[in-house]
Amino acid sequence: MNQFEIFNYWIYVLIMMIGFYGVIAKKNLVKKVISLGLFQTGIFLLYISMAVVEGGVAPIADFKDPNAVYANPIPHVLMLTAIVVSVSITAVALSIVVRIKLAYGTIETDEIEEMDGAE
Amino acid sequence: MIDTHLPALVVVLPLLGGLLAVFAGRGVLPWLWATLVASATFAATIALLMKVQAEGVVTYAMGGWQAPWGIEYRVDALSATVLVVVAAISCVTTFYARLSVAKEIPKDRHNFFYSLWLLCQAGLLGITITGDAFNIYVMLEISSLTVYGLIALGGNNDRRAFTAAINYLVIGSIGASFILIAIGYLYMMTGTLNIADMSAKLTEFYFKDEQLYGTKNATIYVAFAFLMVGLGIKMALFPLHTWLPNAYTYAPSAVTALLAATATKVGIYMTIRFYFTIFGVQFSFGQIPNRVILMACACFAIILGSVIAIRQTQFKKTLAYSSVAQIGYIVLGFSLLNVSGIAGSIVHIVNHAMIKGGLFMAVGAVAYRTRVTSLDALSGLGKRMPLTMAAFTAGGLSLIGFPLTAGFVSKWYLVTGALESGLWPLAIVVLIGSILALIYVWRMIELIYFAEPREDAPTREAPWSLLLPTWVLIGASIYFGIDATLTGGLAESAARMLLGNP
Amino acid sequence: MNDIAPIIALAIPALGAILVALFGRFPNAREIISLGVAGALFTQVLRIYELLRVGFPLEYTAFEVMPGLPLTFRVESLGMTYALIASGLWIITTLYAIGYVRKNKESNQTRFFVCFSLAISASMGIAFAGDLFTLFIFYEVLTLSTFPLVTHKGTEDAKRGGRTYLGILVGTSICLLLFGVMWTWATTGTLEFRSGGVFKEALADGRVSIPVYGAIFFLMIYGTGKAALMPVHRWLPAAMVAPTPVSALLHAVAVVKAGVFTVTKVVVYIFGPATLMETGQAKWLPYMAGTTILIASGIALFQDNLKRRLAYSTISQLSYVILGAALLVPLSIRAALIHIAAHAFGKITLFFAAGSIYTATHKTNISQLDGIGKRMPITMGAFAIGTVSMIGLPPTAGFISKWYLVQGAWQVEHYFAVGVILLSSLLNAAYFLPIVYRAFFNPLADADRAPSGGRLAGEAPWPMVVALSITAAGTVALFVWPNPFLELAADLIR
Repeated sequence: MNQFEIFNYWIYVLIMMIGFYGVIAKKNLVKKVISLGLFQTGIFLLYISMAVVEGGVAPIADFKDPNAVYANPIPHVLMLTAIVVSVSITAVALSIVVRIKLAYGTIETDEIEEMDGAE
Repeated sequence: MIDTHLPALVVVLPLLGGLLAVFAGRGVLPWLWATLVASATFAATIALLMKVQAEGVVTYAMGGWQAPWGIEYRVDALSATVLVVVAAISCVTTFYARLSVAKEIPKDRHNFFYSLWLLCQAGLLGITITGDAFNIYVMLEISSLTVYGLIALGGNNDRRAFTAAINYLVIGSIGASFILIAIGYLYMMTGTLNIADMSAKLTEFYFKDEQLYGTKNATIYVAFAFLMVGLGIKMALFPLHTWLPNAYTYAPSAVTALLAATATKVGIYMTIRFYFTIFGVQFSFGQIPNRVILMACACFAIILGSVIAIRQTQFKKTLAYSSVAQIGYIVLGFSLLNVSGIAGSIVHIVNHAMIKGGLFMAVGAVAYRTRVTSLDALSGLGKRMPLTMAAFTAGGLSLIGFPLTAGFVSKWYLVTGALESGLWPLAIVVLIGSILALIYVWRMIELIYFAEPREDAPTREAPWSLLLPTWVLIGASIYFGIDATLTGGLAESAARMLLGNP
Repeated sequence: MNDIAPIIALAIPALGAILVALFGRFPNAREIISLGVAGALFTQVLRIYELLRVGFPLEYTAFEVMPGLPLTFRVESLGMTYALIASGLWIITTLYAIGYVRKNKESNQTRFFVCFSLAISASMGIAFAGDLFTLFIFYEVLTLSTFPLVTHKGTEDAKRGGRTYLGILVGTSICLLLFGVMWTWATTGTLEFRSGGVFKEALADGRVSIPVYGAIFFLMIYGTGKAALMPVHRWLPAAMVAPTPVSALLHAVAVVKAGVFTVTKVVVYIFGPATLMETGQAKWLPYMAGTTILIASGIALFQDNLKRRLAYSTISQLSYVILGAALLVPLSIRAALIHIAAHAFGKITLFFAAGSIYTATHKTNISQLDGIGKRMPITMGAFAIGTVSMIGLPPTAGFISKWYLVQGAWQVEHYFAVGVILLSSLLNAAYFLPIVYRAFFNPLADADRAPSGGRLAGEAPWPMVVALSITAAGTVALFVWPNPFLELAADLIR
């Protein structure tokens, strides 16, 4: 198996790890949320890559050609759901961040921790 | 008619109920609606349990699409038990929520609160009932998203709830994403999402692969590794428990009771499903040193969780860390891989749900009367709120594992399991955990009964609508301590099923 | 009806607790109920004794707690002895307690009587338990129900004492005893009390190795914290913060006897004396018991607080019972059973006396007791009888048990045990006789003289005096008429 043929898997890992790094390293909550989104986007790529069938076309039934090869539709469908989930997570996260900004006056986790520690 | 659609009802009821709750307007109506829906769901799960006991495994093809293509709901002894526990706790906590929520959450959000509340139950029940791997992920996200929102609602009393919620959101989403990745890899290898189908193919595939090529299939290992971490986060297994204490502490009282009693339990249920049903004992514990890892994590959870619990100055946090320790017990149980151990796990899932639910309700009743959550707020409450505190004491004894309480039954199974495997050091860890529990529980009990009440201490007993649900759970935990034949029998049959020798 | 007789014995005090709680507001009614319940219980226990004597099979399986683990009850002679002692002395203690709590104006009297009844109910459960699981459950219930009694005063001291009490008793029972019980269950598959023990077959077919057998034995002996074998004895002096009736019945009779009873019971019915003898796994126990006897007596010599001195004396006397069981011959095991009865009467008398002194004069230390015998002749006379029984001289019950014990030790040529018994008798004399001497022969302290030159009115309230006279008489009566217990002892092991 040629490593180049499966390069999109490498990209999936790369995107995911960039996101993962951001989630851990960034102190700004909005940046954390963005990184989380990136992390999940990487996973979409994983699913979509695995749906590829060599020479496959979009899975719309073509009854004229009995030998037609289709891409696997299921991972795409799954990812539709996952995208919805991801968007919801971002929405919930951002709304909580807004409340944090209102309550603490900052969205930097180190400053928040300091304020919590003082209580 | 209803009979055949029972499995669907269990999820559909709270799901639609939750969506409709938004339109229930203000005042007491959203609560009434939620109580109605939760009770109906509870009734449905009971009916389902009886059906499973009578007929064996019940399956249901969602929307008429047959497995392995459609989404299949599959109820066996284990999932039926967990379903009943989750639905029962939800029902009782919903009843409890009325006053507690009225006090802790602004009036104009009540309909939203109950909407999230019911959706959360739908998610938890969905995870338990479904027989489809991707559906597990979706249901997991439904329950997680609603839980993030529910925890953040505690921010009206203490802004730290917001930070607890965002923390849980980030860690929880990472965990869920890991599970999603794992499901992706499994789908890649097996081409199916149906659990039963996947399990059959996976075992066949894995061992054939090794015979044919002499190498091990890396993809399955990667999937397993992602699962271990993702599930560890979801069930708050030490050292992945960091989201739990703050989330439990700052969430509204009713939410804490629901979360502590059900959310992590469903996480553990999920773990058992993945390890035992999908991968199979042979792979999960034979090919990977998973057993050692789980046991080590569980032992650390039991000891360190209890030690940290002893050092807390807030009662909700003490109980939260105690939950970390209790999860250790449950994980330790199923990692023993014998009937007594796994039965111990399952019994403890049930028992701990009742015990912790009851305890958090009791402290919620204290929080209802006084806003203070530090330990010394409990001072002298033995005289001021005798019934609440009697419930708290009974729950505490159960946590220690005193004879004739539910906690004792769990510990009996766990220690017997450890000894049957010849792993007596683990038995010692379980017993030391009891002693540590004695210390943190007794610190509170001494305050309750021997200290003088503070000036701002409540002067009246908690209202009956908080007391009754508390006592229902605590009473159940006492009952199942005295007569554990029902829970023990169910757990033993589920354990035998998981080990593949019914 | 007869087969559930043990359950009735268990239920009477439990119902009594409920009745007492209901009538909490009416002290007179409450106390009449307490006495009535105690009387009813003793009658019931006597009935069981009659049934046992005619050979009626007293076995009853209640319900299953866990699949395969039912609560079972079975009456045999060891449990019968314990039940007779505990229930009989309960009547007297109730009488005494009524005088005590009223005169000392204790708070929370209802809670006191409720917990007391529950403790007795748990004791009956221990006495009639048919298997180790049932016994363990009631053992823990007993610990828990006595905790509010130990901390009754609610002071800082009481709390500290309570912490030690609960910490040691629950700590040992969960970490060691429960562990031993479960290990027995996991390896032999049964927890039933059987003559000859349950390990015989398991040892024979290799399910249990001898070191494991020894380890389980060790766990159970030290796990029975209530037997106060050193070094797990510290809870007993700590429990002395309790009101005296509690110390008297529970910490001289019910609780501590539950401990040595458990030890004897597991030796006879779980491990089996013959098996223990063969494997040699109990060889260390006589030495540990002997050491405990001597060290505890030594410590008692230097205690000025009367109740603490009595507590250390109790620790040393309990180890006589353990020593008897540990020697593993029928004669010594019978001595253990008789000593359970003999020590109970003697020690409860001593505690009653200590409580009377406290009630009448508020004195707690031995150095304050100069001339008290002139003021309280009945109390101190009873105290003297108790002392004689502790030392083991005729005509008191203590002599009989010690006689059997020495005989048993001699029979197996265990000269260490013989030496310990003789030496400790001397020590007993050394720490008890000075009290009696001080009370009767030293002049009354100046502070205790009434201003007019006359004497202060002497004795404690009459219920207390009556109670301690009865127990003192019992101590002597048991010497004159020990047959019931000798018969029970003969039935225990042949």
